[in-house]
Amino acid sequence: MTATIEPEVGKARSRKEDARLITGRTRWTDNLTLPGLLHLAILRSPFAHARINSIDTSEAKTRPGVIAVYTATDLDPDGSIGLPCAWPITPDMKSPRRPVLAADTVNFAGEGVAVVVARSKAEATDALEAIEVDYEELPVVLGLENALAEGAPLVHEELGTNRNALWVFDSGEAGSGGNVEEAISGAEVVVKRRFRQQRLIPAFMEPRSCMVDPTGAQITMWSATQVPHILKTMAALTLGIPEHKLRVIAPDVGGGFGGKLAVIPEETMSLLVAQKLGKPVKWTESRSETMLAAHHGRDQVQDITIAANRDGTVTGLKVELLADMGAYLGLVGPGVPILGAFMFNAIYKIPAYHFACTTVFTNTTLTDAYRGAGRPEATFGIERIMDELAAELGMEPMELRKKNWIKHEEFPFTTVAGLTYDSGNYEAATEKAMQLFDYDGLRREQKERRDRNDPVQLGIGISTFTEMCGLAPSRVVGSLDYGAGGWEAASIRMLATGKVEVVTGASAHGQGHETAWSQIVADQLGVPFEDVEVLHGDTQSSAKGLDTYGSRSLVVGGIAVVKAAEKVVTKARTIAAHLMECSPDDLEFAQGKFTVRGTDKSTTIQDIAFSAFLAHNLPDGIEPTLDSDAVFDPENFSFPHGTHLCAAEVDTETGRVNLRSYVCVDDIGSVVNPLIVEGQVHGGLAQGIAQALFEEAVYDESGTLTTGTFADYLLPSAADLPSFTTDRTETPSTTNPLGVKGVGEAGTIASTPAVVNAVVDAVRHLGVDDIEMPCSPMRVWAAVHRGQKDAGGLGSEAGGGLGSIDASGGAQ
Amino acid sequence: MRITVTVDGTQYSDEVEPRTLLVHYLRETLGKVGTVIGCDTSNCGACTVHLNGQSVKSCSVLAVQADGCEITTIEGLARDGQLHPVQQAFHDNHALQCGFCTPGMIMQSIDLLADNPDPDEKAVREGLEGNLCRCTGYQNIVRAVRDAAQHMSPGAGPEAERVDGSGVREPSAIGGE
Repeated sequence: MTATIEPEVGKARSRKEDARLITGRTRWTDNLTLPGLLHLAILRSPFAHARINSIDTSEAKTRPGVIAVYTATDLDPDGSIGLPCAWPITPDMKSPRRPVLAADTVNFAGEGVAVVVARSKAEATDALEAIEVDYEELPVVLGLENALAEGAPLVHEELGTNRNALWVFDSGEAGSGGNVEEAISGAEVVVKRRFRQQRLIPAFMEPRSCMVDPTGAQITMWSATQVPHILKTMAALTLGIPEHKLRVIAPDVGGGFGGKLAVIPEETMSLLVAQKLGKPVKWTESRSETMLAAHHGRDQVQDITIAANRDGTVTGLKVELLADMGAYLGLVGPGVPILGAFMFNAIYKIPAYHFACTTVFTNTTLTDAYRGAGRPEATFGIERIMDELAAELGMEPMELRKKNWIKHEEFPFTTVAGLTYDSGNYEAATEKAMQLFDYDGLRREQKERRDRNDPVQLGIGISTFTEMCGLAPSRVVGSLDYGAGGWEAASIRMLATGKVEVVTGASAHGQGHETAWSQIVADQLGVPFEDVEVLHGDTQSSAKGLDTYGSRSLVVGGIAVVKAAEKVVTKARTIAAHLMECSPDDLEFAQGKFTVRGTDKSTTIQDIAFSAFLAHNLPDGIEPTLDSDAVFDPENFSFPHGTHLCAAEVDTETGRVNLRSYVCVDDIGSVVNPLIVEGQVHGGLAQGIAQALFEEAVYDESGTLTTGTFADYLLPSAADLPSFTTDRTETPSTTNPLGVKGVGEAGTIASTPAVVNAVVDAVRHLGVDDIEMPCSPMRVWAAVHRGQKDAGGLGSEAGGGLGSIDASGGAQ
Repeated sequence: MRITVTVDGTQYSDEVEPRTLLVHYLRETLGKVGTVIGCDTSNCGACTVHLNGQSVKSCSVLAVQADGCEITTIEGLARDGQLHPVQQAFHDNHALQCGFCTPGMIMQSIDLLADNPDPDEKAVREGLEGNLCRCTGYQNIVRAVRDAAQHMSPGAGPEAERVDGSGVREPSAIGGE
């Protein structure tokens, strides 16, 4: 038994998880089976809004292999079961019941109306065709402004409105700043813009799946979920299953990005069907079902007004949002734009701030958390408006940012939104990024291209961003009416042989917790990395937990692991002192070894674990075995930040955008595993860039999703993306013992505005001041021609012809 | 219909429905669940396997079309406990996160390297265009493929998988992807 010498934290360790993932020995939910397993297939509405007059399942029941066919009446006869929304953002928020299967009306295309249970998946799917539904189409409402228009069709007739809630923050009323209307009326410069956050589809690679076994002493549910613990509690609350009779397992989960942060009708349905039949059942979706029925993200209209002095000092910011909830409220859906409320002021010292968000129902798939959840939208809004303000002032956009940002020596800093940023160094990250990027050189080249009227123009896009990570503290999320705490749990069990089991409540879906947590524990206990096993994603082994989302795993869950390790060391110290007949205070603990100060007398923590297991000679009052539990509830969020710079070449003749270089310097505090961090940044960048250039969920006027497969929804491939230059500065968080801040969402949050700012910058001199996302060749080309026409740069013939092109569609 | 196939070195003979896709046969009949399904339009490439030494998306091949063929899946790559150089390179370069696309990515990368043993970045990106990943942003996958190229001996591509040891690439029953 040897202790480790070199610190594990900070080391670029290849991941433990990889062994099973690269050899195909993975436990995806759809890989699992049980004796006598039955399969579910769901009939989904083709209409966005329709009355269901009748459903005839008699023919389907006679089809080969079919065991049962159920509608809402069968599964929920008294119509009392509703899927949970755990974030009532205002006391008067309207929360219509979201049924397991639609009973009387369907409210979005893709909503389930019946479920077939058969011996094989193929037989279940075949039988869907034999179900006859008599639909009576109802008027459809799509689009945020349309939904609020007078006389608009109502998604939920009984509510009398499509307005869901109005949530307001005002710095004057909160006492965190001044009155924004005064700031605007007294300002030397006011810039007002409307930005759209298009609807996106999270598009995790593993389709959702769940399997339920009701035949044991407990009901066991396997699900491709980010939130096994929340799912367990919510399923118990919703269905009346005694919570201790339910075990939820999230085995290997193939990505989430917020898209699996949900409690879904299909899981509820599987639980009900399994209990009804007394047999194990499994549901696995097709990709088309994912696109149609798994929640979407973003979908906001942002009206932003910024007030400033002529010298560039920002004096006020007013944000009015409309946010599309879709047809129902998801688990945390209404809270998503509210998270953005705290981030619109970003890294800037803004003296007056007003934020108001109206959440709206439409006949579309519901929206909910998607990577970054509220913070990408906010970061986009502020970083785009800063560029527009710079243009209005004739200032260099980076100079405008520098003038307004919080200086390094001003931390901790309480913002106009009422958050206290514990640490940050925007200067250092920006300086490093500008050097790596060759900012000045690229600005020179940009000028040269403009001067020679090159058909391919160069744009430089900036995003200097911060975010709030580590969703917690419980009392703060509670003050925002979030329906759960923000703590996280961990247990450490030192086994008789000196090996270590770590149990974490932060269930992983690709982030590498098993590796990172092993590194943390190896250092804390002084045991070899290989001697640590991390258990997660099973409510039986990890009884307590609040799961993984909002970049909370390391900043909350990882710190719970540290706290559990500290308790183990304390107990081990007491036992060691007893065995070596000294005072615990006389013992030094380093690299897994307790040494009596000033002597060569020592023992290892592994030996203490064995002694604690034997329990032959323990101090009075000390329980046998060496283990501990800890629950960590942080005192503050964490605030990663960084500077992202994008150089985009825009072909003014075709509208094609080529990302020439992308440089980012992120400050995520201390780093546990640089390899994992780099991977997270790369993936995040790809997702944010995809929002800027490629992806959009599009409905036609009847409410049919026209981007319902990977053939229509443009997920970027390797050939669509460049390589990125990533680097870091390290300004440790001051509010947790590891100094970590979180990294999972940073790339996505920062990159979208960097790219769009670059595209607009490339063609600003041609009269363009905005291009809606995604900046497809069609949109860019149309914007350039519209701009030139407005500036009189194009002949009337060409201008007239081009003016008829609708640039609002044609995402791809 | 009865088909006989050799999968990862073992011969199987089974009755299959004519409509059964190869990926469903591999997963449901043979229990070879290392090959996964990510979409229903042949866009994602998660189900990529080697059929007679060429990469195919097994959701686009009928099981009956594979009759008499040799198939290699991710589960048949490692030999004598040794990872294939591409598997090793994916691990070394952190070329995976959730890992769902990984089996297909690795199978496609091996075929790519068989065609072009020393691809530049552009060639790797274009060669992997039919395989989608949502976690990595592809950068480390590209790095892994180029790293594997440096570590692979000539002939370590799909030809080496042939159980008859002939190492000869025969014309495929199916025209590639």
